[in-house]
Amino acid sequence: MALLEISGLNRSFGGLHAVNNVGFSVAQGMIKGLIGPNGAGKTTLFNLISGVIAADSGSITFNGKSIYNVPPYKIAACGIMRTFQNIKLFATMTVLENVMVGVHRKSSAGFLSGLCNYPRSWNEEKRIRRNALEILDMLGIVHLASCDALGIAFGQQRYVELARALAGEPTLLLLDEPAAGLNMQETARLGETIRDIRSRGVTVLLVEHDMSLVMNVSDEINVLSFGKMIAEGKPRDIQKNPEVIKVYLGDGDA
Amino acid sequence: MNVKRYLPLFILVSLAVAVQLLVTLTGQAFYLTQLTMSAYYTIVIIGLCMLMGYAGQISLGHAGFFAIGGYVSAALTTADMTGMASGGWGRILQKTGCIITVNDIYGANICRLNPWLAFAAAVAATVIIAYCIGGPVLRLKGHYLAMATLGFGSIIYKIVLGAKIFGGADGISGVPSFTLAGRLSVNGNIDARISNYYIAWAGVALATFLMHNLVNSRAGRALRAIHGNEEAAGAMGINTARYKLNLFVLSAVFASIAGIFLTHYNGGIGPSEASVMKSVRYVAIVAVGGMANLWGAILAGIILNFLSLRGYFGSFDEAVFGSILVIMMLFAPQGLLVKPGWGIRLFAWTRKTGGGSGHGAA
Repeated sequence: MALLEISGLNRSFGGLHAVNNVGFSVAQGMIKGLIGPNGAGKTTLFNLISGVIAADSGSITFNGKSIYNVPPYKIAACGIMRTFQNIKLFATMTVLENVMVGVHRKSSAGFLSGLCNYPRSWNEEKRIRRNALEILDMLGIVHLASCDALGIAFGQQRYVELARALAGEPTLLLLDEPAAGLNMQETARLGETIRDIRSRGVTVLLVEHDMSLVMNVSDEINVLSFGKMIAEGKPRDIQKNPEVIKVYLGDGDA
Repeated sequence: MNVKRYLPLFILVSLAVAVQLLVTLTGQAFYLTQLTMSAYYTIVIIGLCMLMGYAGQISLGHAGFFAIGGYVSAALTTADMTGMASGGWGRILQKTGCIITVNDIYGANICRLNPWLAFAAAVAATVIIAYCIGGPVLRLKGHYLAMATLGFGSIIYKIVLGAKIFGGADGISGVPSFTLAGRLSVNGNIDARISNYYIAWAGVALATFLMHNLVNSRAGRALRAIHGNEEAAGAMGINTARYKLNLFVLSAVFASIAGIFLTHYNGGIGPSEASVMKSVRYVAIVAVGGMANLWGAILAGIILNFLSLRGYFGSFDEAVFGSILVIMMLFAPQGLLVKPGWGIRLFAWTRKTGGGSGHGAA
């Protein structure tokens, strides 16, 4: 059984059928790419999976459990962590603190324990810090740990977002256009990083515009056009698929 | 445990002791009265600072919570329980200390509710009301949240002004002293001035200790994350609604407890404590101290309340706090005493770039 299974998913905005009867699945351990021209419904689909917006109908199951129209924090609690296309780091917090927030779902100290600084929470606090530093180290940005999160370069902020999502030890990582705003070298490096992440046992669902990245790293690609899934297959096959070529390059007769 | 982390708290406590010794030795012990009252108001500020500065949720209704604490405690401790104390149940209540016998001003015996029970009832009332108000209201953001809490504040003001049991425009006077333990009790007697100063300051130290811990904990990080970006906080698995509500209730309880103690200290409470201008004053003080700066808020709370209580602002008192708010928002939305932690930078008139500017308020 696949890790993430989506079927018959619908969502309209007024008269616009942004996601139209979409179904696909993501197998454990794969890197799945989701592409489509502008306005194809990629972001809407992404927001439906992560619970930011509610679907009209359909089903989404993760690990055999329904996560259809469940609030985002519960989806995160299930083990799905995400990044944002337009970076959403926590302002006024350092890089390390941002990543420490990512460990939230893997820790438990509550309000009372925080207020009274219970000794039994000290070990957990140390562990949270250590985990966060390890992730920063793995992504090669540990030297930024004490910087103001919004005070670092754009490309670095992307990596902080990635680190924050990874700190929650996700089963499934959702990446929303991670290459947006990166140059070619940075994008190539990001590809390596995504493969690294997969090799650590994390399944990745990648929504991306940048073809070089998607074609490079994905095991399987789904193509969305005007809210409908029009193709699914290996990167090589997708590149040859006449329908995909049509939506991207237009009809030859036009 | 990191002892260095509590260094500012030690300094705060030593300063409190130093000020007491200074004013007593120079024969100006009358200042202690206003310093005690300022300390209680500062407890309100500490709770509000956490709510506004760290979690980014404004409340223009905190005077309401202060008044709920003060008024419930005042109404219950001034009620005459003599009739109730005569029955069989009454004797049990007296034996268990729920009802105590005190002398009224003419020397006659009169039965009153134990202030600890009134305290518990006032805090419980605050918690219930804060949960009921906070649940729906905290779904709102920015201006809408400000307006909704403002509405709550004016409802409380109108209730205490209009209700007979709260004494109407006169408020409640003759509130008895609140015996904490042994001979330690909260009242305005001149011979208890020093002990009351220390009770109030112990309250400030405790409130600071708790909030300082919270800021640096997992829950505190979650709250700051909500301020930083609520959507991203949710995506990290933080139940943002619950965190906001818990903190709202906690800061309401801080305000309420300050209200209870100050009411016993003053021997009464009037409707002006519930007025919207009081809420505006609290927000202004938090703004001066620096939105996300606990120590700045405490300092501003003590200084501004002290000046106001000593009457330095004369009849312009409320205008001064209104002006402070306008000027702060225009020129230094981060506060005069910015930078959380110990590195207080005075007069940092620059706005932080990159969306870091802490207008948690609006």
